[in-house]
Amino acid sequence: MQYHRPASFAEASDLAAHATGITRFLAGGTDVLVQLRSEIVTPDTLIDIKAIDGVRDITRHADGSWTLGVAVTGAEMSEHPQLGREWPGVVEAMDLIGSTQIQGRATPVGNLCNGSPAADSVPAMVAAGASVTVTGPAGDRVVAVEDIPTGPGKTSLAQGELISALHIPARGANGGDAYLRFIPRTEMDIAVVGVGVSLRVDGDTITEARVSLGAVAPTVLLVEECARALIGTTLDDTALAALAAAASAACKPIDDKRGTIEFRTEVAGVLAKRAAKIAYARAKGETA
Amino acid sequence: MALDDRKSHFTFVGTRPNRPDGLDKVTGRARFGADVTAPGMLFGAILRSPHAHARIVRIDTSKAEAHRDVKAVVTRADFADVPFKPGLEGEFWNVLENVMAGEKALYDGHAVAAVAASSALAARDALKLIEVEYEVLPHVTDVDKAMAPDAPVIREGAADYSVPEGMHPNVVRYHESGHGDVEAGFAEADLVIEDHFVTEATHQGYIEPHACLASLGADGKGELWCCTQGHWIVQKTCAALLGIETAQLRVTASEIGGGFGGKTTVFIEPVALALSRKANRPVKIVMSRSEVLRATGPTASASMDVKIGMKKDGTITAAQGVFRLQGGAFPGAPGDMTAMCAFAPYNLTNVRQVGYDVMSNRPKQAAYRAPGAPMGAFAVESVIDELCKILGLDPIEVRLKNAAREGTKASYGPTYDRIGLVETLEAAKDHPHYSAPLKPGQGRGIACGFWFNHGGETSVSLALSEDGSAQLMVGTPDIGGSRASMALMAAEVLGIPYENIRVTIADTATLGYNDVSHGSRVTYASGLATIKAAQHAVEKLCERAAAKWGIPVDAVKWENGCAVPSGPNAGDFDPLPLAEITADMGRTGGPISGHFEATPEGAGVSFGTHIVDAEVDPETGKTSITRYTVIQDAGKAIHPAYVEGQFQGGAAQGIGWALNEEYIYGEDGRLQNPVFLDYRIPVASDLPMIDTVIVEVPNPGHPFGVRGVGETGIVPPLAAIANAVSNAAGVRMRQLPMSPPRILAALKGNG
Amino acid sequence: MTKHHVTTTVNGDTVEYLCDARETLLDCLRDKLNLTGAKEGCGTGDCGACSVTLDRRLVCSCLVLGVEAEGKQIETIEGMARGETLHPLQRKFIEHAALQCGVCTPGVLVAAKALLEKNPDPTEEEARYWLAGNLCRCTGYDKIIRAVLDTAAELREAS
Repeated sequence: MQYHRPASFAEASDLAAHATGITRFLAGGTDVLVQLRSEIVTPDTLIDIKAIDGVRDITRHADGSWTLGVAVTGAEMSEHPQLGREWPGVVEAMDLIGSTQIQGRATPVGNLCNGSPAADSVPAMVAAGASVTVTGPAGDRVVAVEDIPTGPGKTSLAQGELISALHIPARGANGGDAYLRFIPRTEMDIAVVGVGVSLRVDGDTITEARVSLGAVAPTVLLVEECARALIGTTLDDTALAALAAAASAACKPIDDKRGTIEFRTEVAGVLAKRAAKIAYARAKGETA
Repeated sequence: MALDDRKSHFTFVGTRPNRPDGLDKVTGRARFGADVTAPGMLFGAILRSPHAHARIVRIDTSKAEAHRDVKAVVTRADFADVPFKPGLEGEFWNVLENVMAGEKALYDGHAVAAVAASSALAARDALKLIEVEYEVLPHVTDVDKAMAPDAPVIREGAADYSVPEGMHPNVVRYHESGHGDVEAGFAEADLVIEDHFVTEATHQGYIEPHACLASLGADGKGELWCCTQGHWIVQKTCAALLGIETAQLRVTASEIGGGFGGKTTVFIEPVALALSRKANRPVKIVMSRSEVLRATGPTASASMDVKIGMKKDGTITAAQGVFRLQGGAFPGAPGDMTAMCAFAPYNLTNVRQVGYDVMSNRPKQAAYRAPGAPMGAFAVESVIDELCKILGLDPIEVRLKNAAREGTKASYGPTYDRIGLVETLEAAKDHPHYSAPLKPGQGRGIACGFWFNHGGETSVSLALSEDGSAQLMVGTPDIGGSRASMALMAAEVLGIPYENIRVTIADTATLGYNDVSHGSRVTYASGLATIKAAQHAVEKLCERAAAKWGIPVDAVKWENGCAVPSGPNAGDFDPLPLAEITADMGRTGGPISGHFEATPEGAGVSFGTHIVDAEVDPETGKTSITRYTVIQDAGKAIHPAYVEGQFQGGAAQGIGWALNEEYIYGEDGRLQNPVFLDYRIPVASDLPMIDTVIVEVPNPGHPFGVRGVGETGIVPPLAAIANAVSNAAGVRMRQLPMSPPRILAALKGNG
Repeated sequence: MTKHHVTTTVNGDTVEYLCDARETLLDCLRDKLNLTGAKEGCGTGDCGACSVTLDRRLVCSCLVLGVEAEGKQIETIEGMARGETLHPLQRKFIEHAALQCGVCTPGVLVAAKALLEKNPDPTEEEARYWLAGNLCRCTGYDKIIRAVLDTAAELREAS
């Protein structure tokens, strides 16, 4: 395994474009090293992107939008004084991944690129409307987070491409988000179901909503029907029931060692309701 | 053995001093299995079968052998049981077959070859150069399916004499016991419940993977360092498997990072020795976590039918159980233990129990904390709870009404001596936990548990130093603080401070044979031997004092660390402290030591009662444990903090078994969760504080009244939690683990 | 295969080693620097027995490559006591019998120290969640949590 520590994304892209065999990028390493140690994936080329300028920066722009460097860790997101106030769901989703130790290394961009449908940070980022800059041999392009994963362990990134920044839109007024997941223990598990909700209210009425489901399909889903169930409502019982039904209906899960089809389908609805209530309270400025 | 010198007033015993190995363990300097190196050391790695059941057609190791980093490759041909030197049989043959596959790979993870190379990475890489051709065979991993007529046969001729005719060859041992007439008893009952229960296999889950450092020469002399619960069994087994003399192999037990029964046999040790002999260099092998989960012993999985009859007043009229346990591809599943323990807490007129030991394509089961007992208790204590619920009876009162006492004929045969079940039930009834209010969605459960406890072969040696300090050599590896309890017991007899006693886990070359640290035997048996060895030394101390004073030895007694005249007629001498006698010992007859070797038989059975509160999320089926209390008879708690620790640890493992831990096999017979990510043992945030009550009903078989406490704590939790879940959510869970999908499905079924 | 030359700081000492790119920081600490206090319980970041701090951040050293340690500051269990004086957590763990086999103890102590440096007054729940990545199979965590909270109280009193 060749180890490289490039000083720029262009150099990283160039290394990857010309590498043969399996290439992996190393940021937090919490997936790459597990796969390496377990001999699931032994890369021929490992490109450590933590030496590139700015990869640990969390930047709030004048318009209220955010750019996160690709090596920003969960711990750094949780410790940021303002990010979690504006996007608590995104920060909490990231914070749910693994232990304190994992939080010291794991990154949302790595979580995204690992391609797991159960990645906790991804539904929250999708609900938030986050996007990433992809750097490749042909230059940069901006891609919605939901368009990165294409299947378990697979992404839409071509050879030589890597994510060079994460963008989260401005929260704006009267907005709130939340992420909830189901795990059998209290910590240290992979999500059996994950639900991210971001919405905006005008008074008591929901005017915008994005709902994303994790671990219930080959990729994280952005579910329009769930959003439609919320928009225009005051999150009354009818809306909650419609939301749960839409979430369950969107599930295309599998039976595996972590949960059954029936369980995932049912609990997706339960968590959608619970997450929507939290996001709604946050949007209205109430404590959730 | 009857002991007439039982003490009831103690100076050191019952206090909570700092453990002697504490400093080493909090500073990182304690040396565990993987923490040592040797000059010229190589690293070993083991190639494992990816198939659940396959004939090994061919193994080609030539490419690996040709690699410049590789110094040795071994397969089954390198062990003692080769065609020109047959002779291994019984459990030695089973262990060899498990350590290195012969004609067939019998489970996913079964070792088929091993290499030693100049680095750990090189060894792992070299495994990829070994070519194995397999002929995949049909497999079976479920206990009921393994007993079915069409099940693939794991190995013909493995069954012993006990198995009735007509059973499938995978049934290898059969147990039946009981007394009375169960059919007559059921006829007397006002209510009879019969139910089917299933538990999945769980792993001991010690945090330290197996590790060893081996050195063996062509002269048949070897050294082995390993993490084990018993290094004499390692010595004996490795010698047999390598075809060398037992005494030529010196085995040293490292600090051990947990065992719970799983480190009572060998896995990598014979392989490291074989590699070392071939390479003529020391070889270290350290297992990965996935190797631990795939290829070391989990407990058995179980399929059980329990039928109990009860009168309206709570009297149990008859009890019957059939317990089928799958223990992997070798005989050994503790179906007999499950059967014998299941009804042991109760005084029953009519009882019958049957146990089956069944083979399947899974790793060879190993002991796990009260092996076999938790499964049976899960079934029996669940049925009793259901009977109480339907008859409107208090579950503690019903258990008290039927509780075994001194003189009760046990369900498995013997008559109980002094036992403490009633005392634990009374303590549970009086405990504030039992009457505390519950919040909505919560339920409370109780259950009792039993374990035999064990004595076993034991040797202890104690040597006094000139300055009056004492060194104590015991042969039972210290898993949970036993060096502290040994020192307390020695201090009690010698009358010198705890701190003046250094306890060492002796290696096989420096002490006589010791059975492994299992069966909750260490504080009992090594403790008894420690007391006897210390008394032996005291006798010699008294002899020296008698000689100095010129009086008969029976006119000297030992009090508070001093020889004193036994009475006014013995003479008027000042007390002679131990250190004054040892200061002169070279001139008064030579070194003073004490020894004791025996197989003590009076271990004294153990009972416990647990109270647990559980909360079930009705929308997701997730269970949280909100309060837990362990009440158990310790006989006499030597170091109460470590007794509490055993209670708490047993409860925590039981909680894991009840809620989340399980071996998950795919259709292909491969283990799907060989990592801690998916083999879900409880984490700190999963558990509440675990309260403990130490009941002390002295064991007549120990000089200080000790009963082992290590194992009983894992017996009640499975049922106690199932009973709490039943009360919290209204669903009776008959299959473990009570995972959220299972509970949610049960809730839906109810709705 | 070419090895990487790494210069790093462990417990205040400058150290150097040669490592394969595939070797973890844990491998390097244990096999090259003979600092065997950190243990490999899983190799997948699930048990925390290999906990160290890397530039003051608590991490699993099994999930850091040895080559990534170049120029970093690493603290391990071996650096926790100051000369003869144990860190209060170390002392309290002994006093509270917060260890049985002791193999998870170095990782738990390193993690607990990081907790108290960040949060001198943790609740029981905060301590439990902070330590959720440190598996202990012996104790049921009860005495560990008590020892951590008692240390925190003592440190607050002293400051």
